Amino acid sequence: MNGEYTTVSIPKPLYERIKNIIKDTGFTSVSSFVIYVLREVVASYEQEKIEVFSEEEKKAIIEKLRKLGYI
Amino acid sequence: MGEKVTIEIPKELYEKAQKYIQESGGEFKSVNELVEFVLNELLSEEEEETVFTPEEEEKIKQRLKSLGYI
Amino acid sequence: MVSKPHGGKLIRRIKRDFEKEDIQTLEVSLEQALDIENICRGVFSPLEGFLDRNNYLSVLENKRLSNDIPWTIPIILDVSNQSIDGLKEGDDVLLKYYDRNIALMNIEEIYQWDKKQYARYIYGTTDPEHPGVSKIYKMNDYLVAGKLELLNSVPTRFERYTLWPIETRILFRERGWRTIVGFQTRNAPHRGHEYVQKAALTFVDGLFVNPLVGWKKKGDYKDDVILAAYETLIKHYYPRDVVVLAVLRTSMRYAGPREAVHHAIMRKNFGCTHFIIGRDHAGVGNYYGPYDAWKIFQEFPDLGITPLFIREAFYCKKCDGMVNEKICPHNEEYRIHISGTNIRRMLLNGERPPEYMMRREVAETILSFENPFM
Ligand SMILES: [Zn+2]
Repeated sequence: MNGEYTTVSIPKPLYERIKNIIKDTGFTSVSSFVIYVLREVVASYEQEKIEVFSEEEKKAIIEKLRKLGYI
Repeated sequence: MGEKVTIEIPKELYEKAQKYIQESGGEFKSVNELVEFVLNELLSEEEEETVFTPEEEEKIKQRLKSLGYI
Repeated sequence: MVSKPHGGKLIRRIKRDFEKEDIQTLEVSLEQALDIENICRGVFSPLEGFLDRNNYLSVLENKRLSNDIPWTIPIILDVSNQSIDGLKEGDDVLLKYYDRNIALMNIEEIYQWDKKQYARYIYGTTDPEHPGVSKIYKMNDYLVAGKLELLNSVPTRFERYTLWPIETRILFRERGWRTIVGFQTRNAPHRGHEYVQKAALTFVDGLFVNPLVGWKKKGDYKDDVILAAYETLIKHYYPRDVVVLAVLRTSMRYAGPREAVHHAIMRKNFGCTHFIIGRDHAGVGNYYGPYDAWKIFQEFPDLGITPLFIREAFYCKKCDGMVNEKICPHNEEYRIHISGTNIRRMLLNGERPPEYMMRREVAETILSFENPFM
């Protein structure tokens, strides 16, 4: 598989409980479930970087949009 | 400390999780802790959903069946 | 809020001043030129250039870039053996489309690729009958990776309908939309399309109709016809301030499920929060299962745009209107399925399809063209 992997560790009882609830859900392993959940958590938090346009640019774009009849 | 099981995740995801931890202000000390927390939370939600015993469930299903809902 | 750009940052790599020193040049095709402009204007954010080998393989195997961001279609630049001669990693090259300077690229990597492996991963088949696969097989053996800076736009006949992600983002904000649904199309709208769009629009602030123009097979609607037909439909049947119509120039890859995700990612970059996925989105022949284009979205909890799976609409005589499987209990004898192929056949014979298939005004607009088809 492409890409580097690393490991996290969780208590065994937790692992077993997760293994139990993902039965018949389409997740093939505890690992794929943990990856899914973690991606969801991290994505929901990712901060939007500041948009990279100046006031002038914004004005020019609004002008264009007006000319085209979009606004 | 009890027994632990290790799980493979992409390195990049691990690093993003680390960044998440730093930015969320010291709530978690490590990715391990974050993962453990999130999984426990999921499990407790799961458990809240099942506030009845298997016997109760069977009885309710019987009733729903007799009423024609299932 | 308008959606965040994919990967968090809207890519804009535009260079206005460029001194022509001794620089090597590379001729690119129209398709490549469009990929270049799409990269530099953020349609493909977070890409800043053509994929290097590492990212390329990661997209094939994991459906993600090597930084774990979802990405399903490799954006690559193939070059012929002759053109590769004299190019090496670290060089700056000028990319030209005919006599137009399109972009500068700093070559990061030159590598070979396995086209069969590509076909297997991206198309799920190595069958050369598949239009996407056959196209891949005809490509050159070397790929060049590197960051780009746009010098000039690719010429377009659709200036009037060309909006880039930064423009739609500002536009949506100006209109006060917080939730926007994107709609991908290569067709003139019939009642089924209208139904699906309005079903979605009922729950969001705005609709972004985004026809893909430039790549047509024989028998397809001409691009001008599609745009005119939409203008007519919007004028007569949509409230004025809930729709934006603008074109997207990028190639159709017929990669089914993977392309559905790719389509969603592009519309996310335009600012859409939702995107309508057809049952056989970007499919061709029988290469993909009926709901594969829906299922693949389960793999991306971190996509950042919400797919809307709206069932195909049909006319039901009993319901007396456009409905779908989920809301109509009647059986086949009452249902009239709207087939794009049938509508095209009627229009080709100069006939106006019945109103329950296509709006009268839309049909008349199409028929007003001397030859509406390719
Ligand atoms: Zn019905």
